[in-house]
Amino acid sequence: MNPAHKAQLEAALQQVTGFIYPNEAELHWSILVVIYPYITGLVAGAFILASLEKVFKVKDLQPTYRLALLTALAFVFVAPLPLQAHLGHPERAFEIFLTPNPASAMAMFGFVYAWYLMVVLLLEIWFEFREDMVRWRQQSRGLKKLFYWLISLGSRDVSPEAVAFDHKAVYAITILGIPSAFLLHGYVGFIFGSVKANPFWSSVLMPIVFLFSAIVSGISLVLILYYVTTLIRRKTLDQKCLNALAAFLFYALIIDLSLELLDFIHRLYESEESIEILAELIFSKLFISLAIVQILLGTIGPLLLLAFALFTGLPNELKRLAFFIAAIFIQVGIFSTRWNVVIGGQLFSKSFRGLTAYKLELGGQEGLLAALGLLILPFVILYVLLKLLPPWDDARTSDTKPLEG
Amino acid sequence: MPKNYERREFLADLVKFPCATLLLGVSGPIKALASAGDEYQASEHHYAMGVQIEKCIGCGKCVEACKIENDVPMEPYYFRTWIERYIIYADGEVSVDSPNGGIDGFPPIESEKAILRTFFVPKLCNHCENPPCVQVCPVGATFKTQDGVILVDDDYCIGCRYCIQACPYGARFLDPRTHTAGKCTFCYHRITDGLLPACVEICPTQARIFGELDKLSTPLNRMMRQSNIQVLKAHMNTEPKVFYSDLDGEVR
Repeated sequence: MNPAHKAQLEAALQQVTGFIYPNEAELHWSILVVIYPYITGLVAGAFILASLEKVFKVKDLQPTYRLALLTALAFVFVAPLPLQAHLGHPERAFEIFLTPNPASAMAMFGFVYAWYLMVVLLLEIWFEFREDMVRWRQQSRGLKKLFYWLISLGSRDVSPEAVAFDHKAVYAITILGIPSAFLLHGYVGFIFGSVKANPFWSSVLMPIVFLFSAIVSGISLVLILYYVTTLIRRKTLDQKCLNALAAFLFYALIIDLSLELLDFIHRLYESEESIEILAELIFSKLFISLAIVQILLGTIGPLLLLAFALFTGLPNELKRLAFFIAAIFIQVGIFSTRWNVVIGGQLFSKSFRGLTAYKLELGGQEGLLAALGLLILPFVILYVLLKLLPPWDDARTSDTKPLEG
Repeated sequence: MPKNYERREFLADLVKFPCATLLLGVSGPIKALASAGDEYQASEHHYAMGVQIEKCIGCGKCVEACKIENDVPMEPYYFRTWIERYIIYADGEVSVDSPNGGIDGFPPIESEKAILRTFFVPKLCNHCENPPCVQVCPVGATFKTQDGVILVDDDYCIGCRYCIQACPYGARFLDPRTHTAGKCTFCYHRITDGLLPACVEICPTQARIFGELDKLSTPLNRMMRQSNIQVLKAHMNTEPKVFYSDLDGEVR
């Protein structure tokens, strides 16, 4: 047995309070499994934001539409990596595709993921950028020309009919994409919510809570990215767009908080066998990450800040800053939400008689550094994507600029 | 046979009675021929275990036998079977412990408080009829055999640990050497050979009874007829096949 692992388990056993089953000293789903729902949530949320513009015709959000799509793509590439890295036998992961157990919620991951990546995101982005890719190819030379030729799959047609078909295709895929995005992240919630052995996870509300927190996280991430990229590019922020983002963020956050409260009140009112140990868990091990970070700093604080900025006559500059700060706090809050679900759900014994501990290591396959790497990677991918497929209006050729109004 | 029939004499006798030697020589092949017809048929069996709480003395021999027989890591974080001690005090407080799974027995009770009752509960995989671990395994590496035993295919398990999360009884662990899920197999290698699981074989008080669930004239069935039978976490609807007699309501 690996001595570092042994020392970790010894330390964990020291921190046990009450009684745990002897096999429960090891906490099985680590920080990597926290990152997985965090990232898929961002993917689903960013996509749902993009669809607001396409399907629900929220024209104010137009400046963030393409950015949101590329953000979803950058994060979806990274989504399966933490799971893969966390497996005891990563080399056997493909068995999930070859011999899936149809009764297993987890076995469907590969298919849900493949569907979302291949059918929804890549296809929508391809049709959305096709006309631009053709024109960028015409304008560039050498390797860059070859690259655009490759990713446009040799397409050349930029006739009004072809472009009109692109628009129709994007619309159709977005309509298909909304339930798919719901599926992608609702499904992640189901993986946890369907574990009847774990009363902290087992809840029919779990997929819906996951979904709304995903929408909140996706909108806030795109708001942050839009803010930062516009400032870096020394362009002016579209105030109407920011207002719309902040308003959607505010309403999604209210729904998210209401669902969380409903879950909380429901548990408290039903007061099942597990209520005592869950109360002990929340008031001891999870107090800071749940009560302080998730609820107070990550939800109530941003709600008040957004309400203040949206509904008072604050000058635009301050408004923008308030939106930005609220979005940052929301990201921290959503990350702790994922932490509290995944790690928190493993900190109590299924005997309901004791609590265990989780110590985050710095190095190693499941350490803090690996986790940070996985959180930074999507931004690196996004940077490359933004260079190759600039989503900004000024990068479009005059013919492809969206109509005003 | 004379009392001091030495090996030397036995060998000498074999020379004197060549037909006996011949019989010994062919007994191996004859046995093999005889047993060729009755190969193990999983579909003819349906295994379960009975645990008589009142008989368990908490000696921990079953835990030790299990670890040795099944090559379970000796560290105190991996158990296919373990023993819990329940102490219920007069004031209603319940204290449970299982130091190193009870492998070395239990220390004396230190508390001065008045004790209402105390007892030991051997635990192991319940080999559920409706196993949540099998349901969640994404690749089907953990499965139910025809004779009702839940096993893990080490060559197939991807080490995702969903089964460990799904087991309400804490009966699974991740083997640190193979990085695959580990659990009680009812000593499948023994029972398919007509032997008893190691924990049952070694129990000095016969607290554990292993046998066929569907056959009437077995010790297991006798115990189930004559005792008040409970299973762990019945509300989970996992339909466990480890049956406890006189299980206390405090046991989870």
